[in-house]
Amino acid sequence: MTSFDSDKAAELHRHLHSHLPSDPALRVKALESLAVERGLVAPETIDAWVEAYSEHIGPMRGAQVIARAWTDPDFKSRLMENATEAIEDFGFEGNATGHLHAVENTDTQHNMVVCTLCSCYPFSILGMSPAWYKSAAYRSRAVREPRAVLAEFGVRLPDDVALRVWDSTAELRYIVIPGRPDGTDGWDADRLATIVTRNSMIGTERDLKAEG
Amino acid sequence: MDGIHDLGGKQGHGPVPVDTGDAPFSHDWERRVWGLAREGLVPSMTIDWFRHGLEMMVPSDYLTQSYFEKWATNYLMIFADDGIASLQEIEAGHVADPAPRAAAKTIQEVVEQVRAGCTDFSVPPDAPAKFSIGDKVLTLDHGTAPHTRLPGYARGRHGTIIAHHGAHLLPDEGAKGRHVGDHLYTISFTARELWGPDAHPADTVTLELWESYLVPPR
Repeated sequence: MTSFDSDKAAELHRHLHSHLPSDPALRVKALESLAVERGLVAPETIDAWVEAYSEHIGPMRGAQVIARAWTDPDFKSRLMENATEAIEDFGFEGNATGHLHAVENTDTQHNMVVCTLCSCYPFSILGMSPAWYKSAAYRSRAVREPRAVLAEFGVRLPDDVALRVWDSTAELRYIVIPGRPDGTDGWDADRLATIVTRNSMIGTERDLKAEG
Repeated sequence: MDGIHDLGGKQGHGPVPVDTGDAPFSHDWERRVWGLAREGLVPSMTIDWFRHGLEMMVPSDYLTQSYFEKWATNYLMIFADDGIASLQEIEAGHVADPAPRAAAKTIQEVVEQVRAGCTDFSVPPDAPAKFSIGDKVLTLDHGTAPHTRLPGYARGRHGTIIAHHGAHLLPDEGAKGRHVGDHLYTISFTARELWGPDAHPADTVTLELWESYLVPPR
């Protein structure tokens, strides 16, 4: 049983620090072997998870939701009201989206999402997060100098656009609704979904392009 | 705790790896850790204990190990703590007395498991909320031991409540294996309140904070 004893956790970490192989691949191999030999998971199940998150669960899900919001005002208002319930239309509810909130970019406000304390992310709708989202640089700087961070992503946010950074400190998760680009009149939701990028739903991209 | 994990506002970490860090995974072993973690593996723990375990890592390891490497290290600690494997077994990379193999799941089964993992962290409140939307509040200027979700950069700061989410499980107690509800709010802080007069006057940072982290403004 879990001890919930902080001091014991720290002591075990110090022990592991000096007794485990430094190669992470070897450490992970040990972890997988222990879990498999204890009957906690089958190796084929790990394969299934890897494939599920490369083929079925990823930012293409969020893109479909955004495209629907752009084309269906009723869906958009439901999404803004309760995103967890709205994404059930697609069957996209799940891991880390039990309290999902959609926040909308406008001409006068931009939204950007971070988790400074760990790297919380709405997995069931955006898949696994990019490495930069989990980096110390993004986690430390997104709240303190978000405009400088945006500039590194190529986004020059005008001075008259307010920036709101959402630090995911609880179990709420956020998806940004980017602005629909000009030149997409008449596009259906499927076509629109092809131009919605992962970064635009995190908020590190602002102006999507009508190319698709 | 005031650990190395509390990175918000810390300086000196350099540019964001925008291009080199675009992919979610760069090694197969990272994918294995992700798949393993999706199975939970340790029924007796809480999400807060997992996060707290990461916070208790050797600080130099926390900063130098990649995200999934930290998860693997933390799982090994959790295995040892829970008794799933002894330290000797962890160092050997094998258990002394293997159990029967777990049944394999299909892709369809795990995709369905993602949906079933839509967890509700809200709980019935024990008491009425002390604050309302629009109220000004002050955050505590110290953290609670051992685990808290009040980051250092937002302590002792004035903010405004912009949403109330009812009561949610309090991570400070979850890290101790206890299920205790507390009112949860979204608080907006001006960038200038957090970072001083050089910050952009229109910018804000919002955090979800529990009522026990908050007091009326002074």
